[in-house]
Amino acid sequence: MSAGRRRLGPASLTAATWVVAILFVFPLIWMVITAFKQEADAYTDPPKIAFTPTLDQFASIVERGFLPYLGNSAFVTVLSTLIVLLLGVPAAYALSLAPVPKTSNVLGFFLSTKMLPIVAAIIPLYVISQRTQLLDNVWALVILYTAMNLPLAIWMMRSFFLEVPTEMIEAGRVDGATLPTLLYRVILPVVAPGIAATALICVIFSWTEFFYAVNLTAARAGTVPVFLVGFITSEGLYWAQLSAAALLASMPVMIVGWIAQNHLVRGLSMGAVK
Amino acid sequence: MTAVAPTVASGQKVEAKPVKRKGPNPWMRRAPLLPALLFTIVVTQIPFILTVVYSFQSWNLVRPGSEHFVGFRNYIDVFADSQFRGAMLNTVVLTVVCVFVALVLGLGLALLLDRKFLGRGVVRTLLITPFLILPAAGALLWKTTMFDPTYGLLNFVFGGDTDWLSEFPLASVMTQIVWQWTPFMMLLILAGLQSQPKDVLEAAQVDGAGRWRTFASITLPHLSRYLQLSVLLGAIYIVNSFDAIFLMTQGGPGTASTNLPYYIYQRAFQGFDIGQSSAMGVIVVILTLIVATFALRLMFRSFDVSKGVAK
Repeated sequence: MSAGRRRLGPASLTAATWVVAILFVFPLIWMVITAFKQEADAYTDPPKIAFTPTLDQFASIVERGFLPYLGNSAFVTVLSTLIVLLLGVPAAYALSLAPVPKTSNVLGFFLSTKMLPIVAAIIPLYVISQRTQLLDNVWALVILYTAMNLPLAIWMMRSFFLEVPTEMIEAGRVDGATLPTLLYRVILPVVAPGIAATALICVIFSWTEFFYAVNLTAARAGTVPVFLVGFITSEGLYWAQLSAAALLASMPVMIVGWIAQNHLVRGLSMGAVK
Repeated sequence: MTAVAPTVASGQKVEAKPVKRKGPNPWMRRAPLLPALLFTIVVTQIPFILTVVYSFQSWNLVRPGSEHFVGFRNYIDVFADSQFRGAMLNTVVLTVVCVFVALVLGLGLALLLDRKFLGRGVVRTLLITPFLILPAAGALLWKTTMFDPTYGLLNFVFGGDTDWLSEFPLASVMTQIVWQWTPFMMLLILAGLQSQPKDVLEAAQVDGAGRWRTFASITLPHLSRYLQLSVLLGAIYIVNSFDAIFLMTQGGPGTASTNLPYYIYQRAFQGFDIGQSSAMGVIVVILTLIVATFALRLMFRSFDVSKGVAK
């Protein structure tokens, strides 16, 4: 443990960490590079590093009808997230600061719905959608994504509600604050960042959802993952186009995820890990 | 279909604005909860009940009116189906291997990140990105730019002209899934590492404990609940893997990389056999519930969920 060894150790460890990180995300770095290539430069042996960058591929995927899919994704994601917050915030409150009887049973029920495999529900959902004109309809996804994210949001927001110091609430009560005032002036400011973080997590899960989207929607209500499926059936190689589409489709969630990264753990563990 | 569904007296719907103070009427307290609870029960439980109903019927989707009650015959057929057993085995292999490898890699990356160094924030952001991109995008990129036998980067780096997806279909799919889920494990474990009490670590150093000694006798025991949680949550997601198989191998060649979600999807949407695919769905739910019971218990036990719980 001499001073010299300690200094050398961290320096090489830092270099090693960087190398590992870059290797690990290399498929993504390659995606970004390929997105700016012409198709002819995209599949060469050996792979090309030097090429003239172009935006042609982005233009082609827009031509292929990418924008309506993007619109569907945005609609479904924003709307289902809003409904989740609308239903989830009061529910989380009733499971934390003003707990209802049998709170842990209710929490357990919400959690258990997350654990049930969606493949077991898809058949009736398909049949029901077919009979109610919800097949290839964005509203089917809005409803299903709300149900998918609601348990997670309740668990996550509950953990934020529980962080409101009880002294603050008591002090408010002593000062004679009514419940609405208490909620608005004392509790909301503390949990607001938590609500925002929860919304971002819901956005990520709705945007990336694949199974419901691919089984229940097609050309009319398809979301961005459905657009990407078009690339496995297309004739020939369209790697540059695929990379451009993958980049564009992933960009919104990448940005949201980077913004929310300090709360990501909390969302992924449903509030269990801070 | 859910073991822990609470009973809700739906007749007693409360329309009044909640007062939310410790009032004498418990329905006032329940009011903020009810919309979310009712919505979740309707949307998540009804499909499962219908799946059970369908599983006792013979029903082909392309022959309307063909449905009739057949009792347990679908279940008997499913268990006699060697492809179903193969898919079950693939699901177990895929889940166990992916969770374990992602956990080990995630632990390694978390340990690398659990110190101050130049560009730590950037490295962390880079490392979580595979988890953030669309899984569909990740699967297609691996299928083409990485695994392609002629122009893929893997063969460029390692030489040869291996057709990864047909020679090692399950391993290729697992590679993509591990790549996607390692950041998830890393984040959970990193949170565990950073929640270690600093004074204990310093005390160990003062007492002359080496790095490995400190890791083995202080860090690992502290991490254990985080590791357990990572395994369980990871398993819940990975057991449902569908995107990668659908997009990379379509379950093939043959059924070499078919897991249960993909097999059920095939039987339902390509074979149109609603009865049998529903029976498979019910079996998957039962298996999942067994695992989920452990997961629930762990969530409640190790993370002090009881805080703020009435009764």
